[in-house]
Amino acid sequence: MSAEVVIEARGLTRRFGELVAVDAVDLSIERGEIFGCLGPNGSGKSTLMRMLLGLLAPSAGAATVLGHEIPRDAEHLRPHVGYMTQRFSLYEELGVRENLEFCAEIFGLTPRLRRARVASVLEESGLDAYRETRAAALSGGWKQRLALAASTIHTPELLVLDEPTAGVDPQSRREFWARLFEIAAAGATIFVSTHYMDEAVRCHRLCMLSAGRRVAVGTPRDLIRDLGDRVVELQLPDAERALRVLEGSPLVASTTQLGDSVHVLLASDAPPAEESARQIAEFVGAAGLANARAGVGNANLEDVFVALLSGEPIGDAPSTGGRAP
Amino acid sequence: MRLRASLLRVLAMTRKEFRQLARDRLTLGFVVGIPSLQLVLFGYAINLDVRHIPTAVLDRSGSALSRQILGELEATQTFRIVAQVSSEPEAIRLIESSEVGAVVMVPPDFDRRLLRGRGAEISILADASNPTVASAVALTGQGLGQHLAARMQRYLGEGAPPGGGALRRLPGDLKGLGPRADLVHREPIRIAVLPFYNPESRTAVFIVPGLVGVILTMTMMLMTALAIVRERERGTFEFLIATPVSRIEVMLGKILPYLVVGHVQVALILALGALLFQVPLHGSLLDLGVGALPFLVAMLCMGLLISSAARTQFQATQMSFFFFLPSMLLSGFMFPFEAMPVPAQWIGEVLPLTHFLRVVRGILLKGAPIEALLAEVAAISAFAIVTLGLAVVSFRKRLG
Repeated sequence: MSAEVVIEARGLTRRFGELVAVDAVDLSIERGEIFGCLGPNGSGKSTLMRMLLGLLAPSAGAATVLGHEIPRDAEHLRPHVGYMTQRFSLYEELGVRENLEFCAEIFGLTPRLRRARVASVLEESGLDAYRETRAAALSGGWKQRLALAASTIHTPELLVLDEPTAGVDPQSRREFWARLFEIAAAGATIFVSTHYMDEAVRCHRLCMLSAGRRVAVGTPRDLIRDLGDRVVELQLPDAERALRVLEGSPLVASTTQLGDSVHVLLASDAPPAEESARQIAEFVGAAGLANARAGVGNANLEDVFVALLSGEPIGDAPSTGGRAP
Repeated sequence: MRLRASLLRVLAMTRKEFRQLARDRLTLGFVVGIPSLQLVLFGYAINLDVRHIPTAVLDRSGSALSRQILGELEATQTFRIVAQVSSEPEAIRLIESSEVGAVVMVPPDFDRRLLRGRGAEISILADASNPTVASAVALTGQGLGQHLAARMQRYLGEGAPPGGGALRRLPGDLKGLGPRADLVHREPIRIAVLPFYNPESRTAVFIVPGLVGVILTMTMMLMTALAIVRERERGTFEFLIATPVSRIEVMLGKILPYLVVGHVQVALILALGALLFQVPLHGSLLDLGVGALPFLVAMLCMGLLISSAARTQFQATQMSFFFFLPSMLLSGFMFPFEAMPVPAQWIGEVLPLTHFLRVVRGILLKGAPIEALLAEVAAISAFAIVTLGLAVVSFRKRLG
């Protein structure tokens, strides 16, 4: 690929005492990408981001971000990145405009540029109506818009967003992602962590972390395709009982109840989905569950993730972890 | 039944509280450390009997008798003669800069007046800006005066020295006075104590300028520490350190506003002191402003230092107590510095508040110019520089 690499991580590792929070992670992120980082809480997403920003020294490994060696040249990187922390990290006592002006000043924007940028991010974020409101008085969704506006005030080349939409309502999340696409279209690279599958699916590419290890990387579509036809949808009146029954089936890797249907991820050694669907219907029928209808279903990223956690290789060769530091 | 359930809940809360306490090392240290510190400081360092007041002597008579009486004076242990001066301005300078707390002056005609029975007077200038010191000087001076007079009377009356005592070796010609004993003044030797600076020995006059230092210690140190720890606690610090702002810029940005706040506080306390307690403002306010600067910097740097160690605002508050308590007790704010045991004085000399109290009292109560207090200013500056250095080294623009 000829695209310019913006983030290049080589075996990044961070230990906190006994705990290995990030374990030999390799990454390569290209300019203009929205690159997602998916993983459960405690999988090392924040730690990875903090290392890439030079806020936390790696225990081993290194990274090049926008051409700067990290952590050595982290200070040279600062003017070119925007960072949105997981927790709201602006000043609650200050108003919306005051917060934005503070950020613009900290990033060293000239007075003229500062006025222009503050005006334009207020406009783009829809915060114009709240410009004099104290940040403390904003609702979660608006705080998150303010945080995004603040982290883009200096038009950074790279935007690092740590679970920016955690705890925000779906409507706000949708609007937030619309903004991200606008920002990426304007030329910025975005590295965003999330644990929402519906958001992960919207990234150009994503990596999956589990217990500090990079377990997969690729486009959402490729990752799902690589999983193959491994999903069966089972519809029946007593879905709850079916969950317990299916625990006894060797064909089943995991189940998720969706109202009155059960989303079944097949074990890696199960027969093809159509055949498995038939066998599963028989299996639950034999267990005394009437009126069960089973068919081939669509896999989603969650299925990919569950499969990965059980150790199946999916997507690009996962980093092996445990590599010598 | 409801009482039982309620009791169980109380017990559950109590047990939880104990567990939290046992796992929070700093709080545990606070619970154990502060009482121990207080006990030691109050028990060992605090002594209300003022002794060993540094004293200058202006002995214009230079006679054997005057030396004898000065020796007697020192033997009371209230005075510790640290300087011999030859002129009054020199003596005033020493008392102004707080190098001495008292000046003993013997007039040139001391012996002659005594022999002619006109009553000889030794005067002691006491630095009454500290009422405790002044009253100790007054008490000792009075006591010794009476003691000397009584012995003198007895001696002259009986014609023989009453076994031992300083006056046994009185100059020979005094003995010849014998029959004319009635000529000798009723109080042949008088010790006059002249309170200086605070003639009415009002406590407020002494306390209010000291309060300037105490209040600044607490507020400046705590405000800076909290201002930074609050950023860490709320997460704004993580955002901040990801920007191009440098750590020196962050530190300066945290210190500068409080330098202004500190001066406003000084003005406020002094204005209230003058208004409510008629505390005099003798010296130059500009000098005071200049003198306050290194002290404010020292306290702000202390705050920075605490902020690098504390994770929460609660911890910062606890830590600042460990500095505040000795500052208050060992600086001479509440208890006379001269009365403390020497090791406690060493600790006191390290604390910037000790020196700042001398500066602020010197300027406000004695009208001393800042030039007379440069040694104190230098001591404060040294502390400020060391703390600043430590703060710069320990202040990290990093997480974890």
